[in-house]
Amino acid sequence: MAGNRQVVGTDHPTRHKGAIDCDLHPAVPAMSVLLPYLDDYWREMVSVRALDRLNLGLTSYPQNAPLSCRPDWTLDGGRKPGSSLPAMQEHVLDRYQQRFGILNCLYGAQLFHSEDMAAAFCRATNDWIRDEWLSRDSRLRASIVITAQNTELAVAEIERRADDFRFVQVLMLVSGEMTLGRRQLWPIYQAAERLQLPIGVHAGSAYRHAPTAIGWPSYYVEDYIAQSAAFENQLLSMISEGVFAKIPNLKVVAIESGLTWLSGFVWRMDKTWKGVRVEVPWVTRPPSEIIRDHVRFTTQPIDAADEGEAILRLIDHLRSDELFLFSTDYPHWQFDGDAALPPGLSDTLSRKILSANAFATYPRLLKADHAMEIAL
Amino acid sequence: MSIVDVARENPTKYKLQVIDCDIHPAMTSWTEVHPFLEKRWIEHLSVYGSHLRHAFSEALTHPRMSPDAARVDAYPEEGGPPGSSLDLMQKQHLDPNGVELGMLIPLRWNPGSQRNLDFGVALTRAMNTWQVERWVKKEPRLRASVLVAQEDTDGAVAEIDARGGDPNFTQILILPRTDEPLGRRRYWPIFAAATRNNLPITIHVGGTGGHPSTGGGWSSYYIEEHHMVSQAMQAVLASLVLEGVFERYPKLRVVIMEGGLGWIPSFSARMDKHWNRMRSEVPHVTRPPSEIMREHVWFTTQPMEEPGSSAVLLDLFGRIGWDRLLFATDYPHWDFDDPRTAFKANLTESQRQQLLYGNARRFYGLDK
Repeated sequence: MAGNRQVVGTDHPTRHKGAIDCDLHPAVPAMSVLLPYLDDYWREMVSVRALDRLNLGLTSYPQNAPLSCRPDWTLDGGRKPGSSLPAMQEHVLDRYQQRFGILNCLYGAQLFHSEDMAAAFCRATNDWIRDEWLSRDSRLRASIVITAQNTELAVAEIERRADDFRFVQVLMLVSGEMTLGRRQLWPIYQAAERLQLPIGVHAGSAYRHAPTAIGWPSYYVEDYIAQSAAFENQLLSMISEGVFAKIPNLKVVAIESGLTWLSGFVWRMDKTWKGVRVEVPWVTRPPSEIIRDHVRFTTQPIDAADEGEAILRLIDHLRSDELFLFSTDYPHWQFDGDAALPPGLSDTLSRKILSANAFATYPRLLKADHAMEIAL
Repeated sequence: MSIVDVARENPTKYKLQVIDCDIHPAMTSWTEVHPFLEKRWIEHLSVYGSHLRHAFSEALTHPRMSPDAARVDAYPEEGGPPGSSLDLMQKQHLDPNGVELGMLIPLRWNPGSQRNLDFGVALTRAMNTWQVERWVKKEPRLRASVLVAQEDTDGAVAEIDARGGDPNFTQILILPRTDEPLGRRRYWPIFAAATRNNLPITIHVGGTGGHPSTGGGWSSYYIEEHHMVSQAMQAVLASLVLEGVFERYPKLRVVIMEGGLGWIPSFSARMDKHWNRMRSEVPHVTRPPSEIMREHVWFTTQPMEEPGSSAVLLDLFGRIGWDRLLFATDYPHWDFDDPRTAFKANLTESQRQQLLYGNARRFYGLDK
């Protein structure tokens, strides 16, 4: 198994030294840990409605599905993968000598239909992340979990975190209630732009709609395969609706998107745009250019048999080596051994993907360092 | 409507030989199907119209960017919509473009998406006969597609069996946006009928299954909708492959029509990767999905990808498989691909022949 593999050559973990891991998943072990962060009303509701007995495991990531946890990253005693900070340190932060790791919490807080309930649990989740993760390892940063279905509540939560620079990003699922370019969502993007927070769009669905345009597939593996199509669709939406024209400093990070769909996507979108751009006059540049300026992509998983070559092909097709951000997707099982970054990339390129591109994408990363130095 | 004269190369200077796998015939008037439709359904159509999962019964909620989604030069002088005049189709397309054989893909009324299943089946019967009487009998270069109302499996199977022995039909036509993903078991009798009659299943973009065009809701613009058909096609293929349809019907052949090409290699790799990880969920799929696709699935070329580099395009064809590509123009639609200029790549003469007609001849069994 992966963890027992001999550490040789390109697979050596120190190759990743100084990396910024842009996709780590901390797990909320049980709702009880959030209780201290809920107000009286919601604490009472948890008790009256026995909400803490609900299993908020996501349909998008069944806890025991092979994808959801690498075999050598499981935890003893049936604990949820990703729920232990010491384990995360051992498995990735220390092992790869990472400089920073960005936490994307995929707990179900934002998925309730009740916007108030969702907002209360998002707020509690963010508080819990701050106290139990960010405050216990100075390498950690986090994304702000929000209720995208209610813009006002989402903006309030973003603003609540504004002064804590350890929150470096706003997190949304790729499939929610409405396509991500829709104007109703723009206040979220405007707040994010103002506070230098990229919008991190992560694989996963709120299952408000069938996962595909042709309805509900039978199998989990189909749902997961459809995630890359969801990224295509949502980028199409954001570009076509003019999000980047109207909010020119907005950055979007596509997290766990699969990556290699990007070539075909820009070819087709550039061509279609040439044909029908009169419909969207605010899209004044080829979509591939807009993507180069505004969108970044985390590197795991890489949908290709030859992962290193695939990255080089993408760089050639997209004409940029600034688009890709290193990630392990811990504890999801996307790669084996220590090959978090595929072999075959030059040192310069590796450095860009491992850290330089992320520094350029997340302006708040270093601000938290400065803030902490001042605090000390 | 202004008619634009398009300067064309002299057809004799550069002799083309083409099999066009995607031609859209239209009706001058909807009464054209009356001779083939029972009185009850003619009345039904007048009174209740087309009943879809859709806000407009006849129009699209993402209106196209040109009238009838058509080339502006494709309007017949005698009136009627583009694609309704055989004479113009011959003069404008079949003759000058060297079309040796053209596959008819009628899209009117969307019979497969009709919520009234009996009406849908009646429409398919009528439109299938209409294709033969109105087009194929008058123009030997044309071939019909068996329209089916796939949501009524029995009706669809009966129609396939009724047309199976008729050489005027070369394939079965289904639009991808079905009620459920096409690989689900309710549709399997259709695949059994297809293999029994040795007819491939062609999946041409379209249909109104009622599900939003993305897992995250509806798109606003046609520019999105026009692109998102590729993602719908991905879901169709994932469904067919991962439900084990090709294991069950090893002779089944599928054509993905007008779904684009650029996504195919990455999608195949994605299916392989995650099938490999989750294969305990789908033990009936015993081979990598890319292998299954490579064996059972063909793709039409229009709208052609334009990556801006001949080498990249050739690489793409190689990754998909040169023998899996079938040429199509989409006549008379606005994004028509001209066989002279569609491939922005340095093709050898044999590659060009393979793409323009060689593969299609083999696929449709015309080499015998």
